[in-house]
Amino acid sequence: MSTMTWVDAAAVDDVPAEDVIGIEVQGRDIALYGTEDGIYATDNICTHGHARLCDGFLEGHEIECPLHQGKFDVRNGQPTCAPVTEAIRAYPVKIEGGRVFLSLD
Amino acid sequence: MGSDSTIVIVGAGQAGGWAAQTLRSEGFQGRVVLIGDEPHRPYERPPLSKAVLAGEASADSTALMKPEAFDALGVDWRASATVSAIERAARQVKLASGESIAYDKVILCTGGRARRLAIPGADLPGVFTLRNIDDARSLGTALQPGRHLLVVGGGWIGLEVTATARKKGLDVTLVEAATRLCERTVPPEISDYLLQLHRSHGVQVHLGTGIESFASSPQGLLAMLGNGQQLECSAALAGVGLVPNDELARAAGLDCDGGVLVDAQCRSSDPDILAAGDVASWHCRWAGRRMRLESWQNAQEQGIAAARSALGTPVDHQPLPWFWSDQYEVNLQIFGMPQPHHGRVLRGDLASNSFVMFFVDSGKVVAALGPNAAKDLRFARRLIERGTDVDAARLADLQVPLAKL
Repeated sequence: MSTMTWVDAAAVDDVPAEDVIGIEVQGRDIALYGTEDGIYATDNICTHGHARLCDGFLEGHEIECPLHQGKFDVRNGQPTCAPVTEAIRAYPVKIEGGRVFLSLD
Repeated sequence: MGSDSTIVIVGAGQAGGWAAQTLRSEGFQGRVVLIGDEPHRPYERPPLSKAVLAGEASADSTALMKPEAFDALGVDWRASATVSAIERAARQVKLASGESIAYDKVILCTGGRARRLAIPGADLPGVFTLRNIDDARSLGTALQPGRHLLVVGGGWIGLEVTATARKKGLDVTLVEAATRLCERTVPPEISDYLLQLHRSHGVQVHLGTGIESFASSPQGLLAMLGNGQQLECSAALAGVGLVPNDELARAAGLDCDGGVLVDAQCRSSDPDILAAGDVASWHCRWAGRRMRLESWQNAQEQGIAAARSALGTPVDHQPLPWFWSDQYEVNLQIFGMPQPHHGRVLRGDLASNSFVMFFVDSGKVVAALGPNAAKDLRFARRLIERGTDVDAARLADLQVPLAKL
């Protein structure tokens, strides 16, 4: 059994409802998404171009890249619309005491 | 389509590449032959007038997919190969090499070629066009700081090359035969905005003037302008449009009219031959007419649609047209097809670096454009796609968030 290491990444209040923000956690660019059923986190740089997903458009659980309109499911990072074909890394999220914790392992 | 079937894709650009990728992602296990006349794997063209031309990005960086991902598709890729005929009765594609390939379906993604100037001296060294990677390499070596570039044509290619050349420290003169820039795609206010943008970056712009001839000169080229002026330059770019590569289709007897005529399922007049991308002409609902849509988005989406259609999946190819251009610090995007009869509503200030212009028809937004306004335009796109009834005063009011409309 390995235990996850949780990193305090942001305050829950910093994550806008039905929108996305970009943050830096331990030198990594991370996008945090406020969705109707909670907060999700993925890498922030699109796997297709080099755009930042935090500048993109969140609709439901899909984040649309601002550069080419490729889409990912923010819950698991799977590509859902061309031109993206490669998944983006999604990170486990835990909420505790009004803080957002991520597991970056 | 069974695993003993063969689908031949003619043209290995962006549309052809997406068609190949989609055949596989949709589960087609038969033979896919992808024939391209360039030595490169499928790639995207937008960076060729910008980062690749500027030398800021390598030609490899514009590949449609990573080489290993492309190779994993298991496609029979024929590089630097030309198709000489489609023999419909025999259901064979004939290559210039003499080889014949039997097909069940053909997807034509032959794109187009840069139109050349039909004037004396147009073939002189130093007169360039820009369509493919090799063109970008040749033109790129001519873009040396301090030199003088003449750009013929004030459309998107001409304007992007102008901006790239200015960034690289060349003097640039731009000549456009029409009385305004990008006349076919944007309204006069936006032509003026682009004109001011380029003039403010030190570009000499001559409107309403063509080029009569080129001659060799000690500096490189001597251009004779339609207004009688002579101009010395070290190189010239002709950005005067695209000629669709529909000769193969015409020779095969398919209906063509400035491109291969297809329906919304990407089928030509022979239902076993489909077409996609720059070469395909179909009835675009957003434009209300038959047209070829020369864009990155259409190459991708129609390539995908044609592949699905070839496999028997019903498709209705009508994406909301989306186009962008990067010039200097400006990213201009256009959603939909702005038409002269549309009402225009401005949100923001035309003299600023970021605004949105909405095009309204019967109380609905049908198109929108603007510089450096990607996020607002994304909301505009939603208004267009949903056909939301809008109030022009609220559209124009910067205090009303677009998300609330």
